[in-house]
Amino acid sequence: MSAAVTPTTRAVTAPGSLDRARRGGGRRRVTTWLLSALSVVLFALFVFPVYWMVNTSFQPNNDVRGSEVHFFPDNFTLRNYETVIFDPGRTPFLPAAANSLIVTLLTVIIALVFAFLASVAVTRFRFKSRRAFILTILVIQMIPGEAMIVSVFRVIDGWQLLNTIAGLTIVYIATVLPFTIWTLRGFVNGVPVELEEAAMIDGCSRAGAFWRVTFPLLAPGLIATGVFGFIQAWNEFIMALVLNARPEMMTLPVWLRTFLVANGTTNWAGIMAGSTLMAIPVIVFFLIVQGRMTSGLVSGAVKG
Amino acid sequence: MTTVDQDLEPAAPSAVEGERLTAPSGGKPQRRGRRAAGFTPYALITPAIIVLAAIVGWPLVQLIITSFQEFGRAQVFGAPPSWVWFDNYIDVFTDPVFYGVLGRTLLFAGACVAVTMVLSTLIALMLVRLPKGFRMLLTVGMLLAWAMPALTATIVWGWMFDTAYGVINYALVNWFGLAEFDQHQWLINPLSFFMVAGIIVVWGAVPFAAFTLYAGLTQVPGEVLEAAQLDGAGGFARFRLIIFPYLKPIFMIVTMLQVIWDLKVFTQIFALQDIGGIRAQTNTLGVYIYQTSIAGGDFGHGGAIAVITAVLLMAISIYYIRQVLKEEEL
Repeated sequence: MSAAVTPTTRAVTAPGSLDRARRGGGRRRVTTWLLSALSVVLFALFVFPVYWMVNTSFQPNNDVRGSEVHFFPDNFTLRNYETVIFDPGRTPFLPAAANSLIVTLLTVIIALVFAFLASVAVTRFRFKSRRAFILTILVIQMIPGEAMIVSVFRVIDGWQLLNTIAGLTIVYIATVLPFTIWTLRGFVNGVPVELEEAAMIDGCSRAGAFWRVTFPLLAPGLIATGVFGFIQAWNEFIMALVLNARPEMMTLPVWLRTFLVANGTTNWAGIMAGSTLMAIPVIVFFLIVQGRMTSGLVSGAVKG
Repeated sequence: MTTVDQDLEPAAPSAVEGERLTAPSGGKPQRRGRRAAGFTPYALITPAIIVLAAIVGWPLVQLIITSFQEFGRAQVFGAPPSWVWFDNYIDVFTDPVFYGVLGRTLLFAGACVAVTMVLSTLIALMLVRLPKGFRMLLTVGMLLAWAMPALTATIVWGWMFDTAYGVINYALVNWFGLAEFDQHQWLINPLSFFMVAGIIVVWGAVPFAAFTLYAGLTQVPGEVLEAAQLDGAGGFARFRLIIFPYLKPIFMIVTMLQVIWDLKVFTQIFALQDIGGIRAQTNTLGVYIYQTSIAGGDFGHGGAIAVITAVLLMAISIYYIRQVLKEEEL
């Protein structure tokens, strides 16, 4: 329902072929300096909100609500985190964090298994409805999740799975599955069948050849795809808002929104601490895999 | 046949990449080696099919059925729904509120896509010319913005635009001497609400678009550009006549994705309304579906609006899907 497509940013280190056409001349040098200065400004614009979130989260709320703005946490404190994490209020943080973690991990593991099986089917076998299946996967990604909330809510309600881990997990599996299949399909395609055939000549069974030869080569692909599934499920907001509205069954995004509405604009320091806690796992994971991830969908555009 | 990943990761350490070198022609050998087996592939896709049928297929059918029914709170609690056929659609299409929401969504998405694409193209061109250190710096900055979850990004920007203690009002008053921004309420006026929402959306969307366009730019052959320069082509002429034609396919795909994502924007608008917007004046299609059906309990009309939204987005996606199918040689 959302297609997270990522170009590889290792491109940054690739030799830019345009560079060659750009060298030389004093005017050029001035332009380069101007561009460099501009890039620092842009860097600040992109980073500032992230910095501001962390900065605010380490300040006492009195400083945050003072007449002066503190650009550094002069009166550094961890109180906000303490309050947020151990707040005994109506919507506690820890159960929400636990729910998020359980739902996300279950989603990633099950979706990876299902997607792996399906991607093997479409890359290693020829069968009648193969093309129809791939087309379905592509089209499903384009259906807006917003349009589906009502009927998904009723289906899950019908199964008595509202406000359960199982209900939300199965919805998330369906949400990340199309993207996961599509991406894994690319990775499996990257391993030549000839390798398996060689192993079979050496006496492996067909399944054994796949398991011993191809599967180990797929590990990086599985990890990258899994992390992207993790980010998608961890950040998901609308479905969780509708399906798991009961305080003890909330996930982190819904908890954060509830915390925001309950505190209004009176406790920005606490809200920023909550936001930081939610954002950090995503940012860390994202930075780890971004270079790994090859563009499943966009790659097509540059070919030929 | 070259793909982005192969060209951009010349020294990728992963085993998969290494193996690719032994079979550089990609698809064709696989096709030859693909086995014609009877039962196995169907067994392999069964788990995926079951989940997708249950959570996407069946709800989709239900959504369409509901959109032809009168389905309110009474029906949720067990009363049988009655068929009203196209009444829900007629109601929606004769409701000025719907046109307000639709117009707002189209304008907002259009503005966001335009600004995102112009900025991303400029940043991509800039990345090509930057010295390596500065390029790394900007890359890291954009990665951070890209990694930020939409919900937390919205809340942080909402805090920066806060009326009483926000850093933006503070800077405007104290640094630029604009006293009228003291206690300025950014989110009350719908136009300025959408300006703030637009900033959040564009801030989050530019990194992806800029990186993708930059990846495309690195494929433009330097020789052609040099030749053009020798023939006297200026910077803009080189962009218009050489770089853009090379970039066009990738530019189109990124634009399509932005259109699709911005038309169904939900989190940013919804969370910003929580912080201080007036819901009735700032709903977009995604939020309006939620308000009508979940908050308002009118599943019939909500269903009709959802079907209209889905059809609109699918129609826009057709171009994109066709493009992908064509390039992937399935």
